[in-house]
Amino acid sequence: MSKFIKSAKKEVPQMSTSSMPDIVFMLIFFFMITTTMRQADPLVRTTVPEASQVEKLERKSLVSYIYIGPPSNKKLGNESRIQLNDSFKTLDDIPDFIMMEREARDEVDRKLITTSIKADQTVRMGIVTDVKQQLREVGAFKISYSARKTAHE
Amino acid sequence: MQIKRKAKKKVPPINASSMADISFLLLAFFLMTTTMDVDTGIARRLPPPVPPQEDIPDIKERNILAVSINKNDWVMVNNKPMDVRMLKEEAKNFLSNPFNSPDLPEKRMDTIPALGGLYEVSKGVISLKNDRGTSYDMYIRVQDELTKAVNELRDELSKKEFGVPFTSLKEETKIEAIKRAIPIAISEAEPEEY
Repeated sequence: MSKFIKSAKKEVPQMSTSSMPDIVFMLIFFFMITTTMRQADPLVRTTVPEASQVEKLERKSLVSYIYIGPPSNKKLGNESRIQLNDSFKTLDDIPDFIMMEREARDEVDRKLITTSIKADQTVRMGIVTDVKQQLREVGAFKISYSARKTAHE
Repeated sequence: MQIKRKAKKKVPPINASSMADISFLLLAFFLMTTTMDVDTGIARRLPPPVPPQEDIPDIKERNILAVSINKNDWVMVNNKPMDVRMLKEEAKNFLSNPFNSPDLPEKRMDTIPALGGLYEVSKGVISLKNDRGTSYDMYIRVQDELTKAVNELRDELSKKEFGVPFTSLKEETKIEAIKRAIPIAISEAEPEEY
C-alpha cells in the first residue's frame, strides 16, 4: 500500500491572498448599499423629545418624514416651520407631499407608509395638531412621533 | 546607440498586493460613515376624519378618563390637576378596573380563543385633549406615560397567560390576542376652531 505513504518533508504551500481583495470588495458593496445617506439637509432644528416607550420604525424605505421646528438659520426667526424634503413648506403642501410619497412607492406598500413626525421638543402643539389634521384628511393614518429612547432605565 | 530600444521587452505584471489595502481603506470608510441609527418613535393611528354632521357617540362618564394639558403644560385628569408621573398609575387603574368599581369603566365580554375563550375587555377610553400652546415635549411625555400604562398591562396579562413578557412573545396569534384584550384606547379630541 505504498500509495498512501506520505512523502516526508512536504513543504506547506503559501496561502494565496489573491482572493482577499474580492472578499473585501464584496463587503464594501454591502456597506455601500446598506448605507442610507440622509436625504434631506435639515433646515430646521429638531431635537426630538425623550420617551421610554419608543418602538423601532420598521422598514425605513416606507417612512416619510415631516420635520417641524425652529429654523436652523437664526436670521429666519424663531417661529416653528415645516420642512418637507429639502425646503420650507406650509401646511397646504402636506397633501401634495403625501401623494408624492405614495406615488414613489410600490402599490402593495402604499398602505404601509408611516409618516414620522420629527418635531423639536420646544414646538407648540398647535402646529403639530394642524399637521395631524392634514394627514387625517389625506388618509395617512399611520404616524409615529419621533422620540429618543430615554438613556436610563 | 544607447537609446535604441530592445525589441520585445516583457511587460512586468502589475503588483496587485496593495489592492487589498486600498479596498480595506474604503471598507473602513464605509464602516465608519454608516450610521446604523434606528429611528424610534411612539406609533399611533390617527382616526379617519369625521363628517361634520355625524353624531358623537354617547359614552358613559365612567368610561372616560379625560386627560387635558393646558398651555402652561399643566395636566388635568377628570378636572383635577395631576402630576405627569402619577398619570401612569391612574391610567392603569382606569383601564384595568381591578375591583370592578362602579366609578371605573365597564367591561364587555369578548371571545379571544388564544386567551381561553371569554375575556373581559375594558370599555374605557382615555380622552386626550391639548391646547395649541401645549409644548410638544409635554405632549410626548403624556403620550409616553399612557403608552407605558398600556404596555405594563399587556405585560402583566402576557406573563399571567403565557409566562413571558409581551415583548418576548413570538407567535402572532398570541400578540394579536393580547392586543385585542388590552387595546390602546386613546382618543384625541377634535381640535376646536378658534
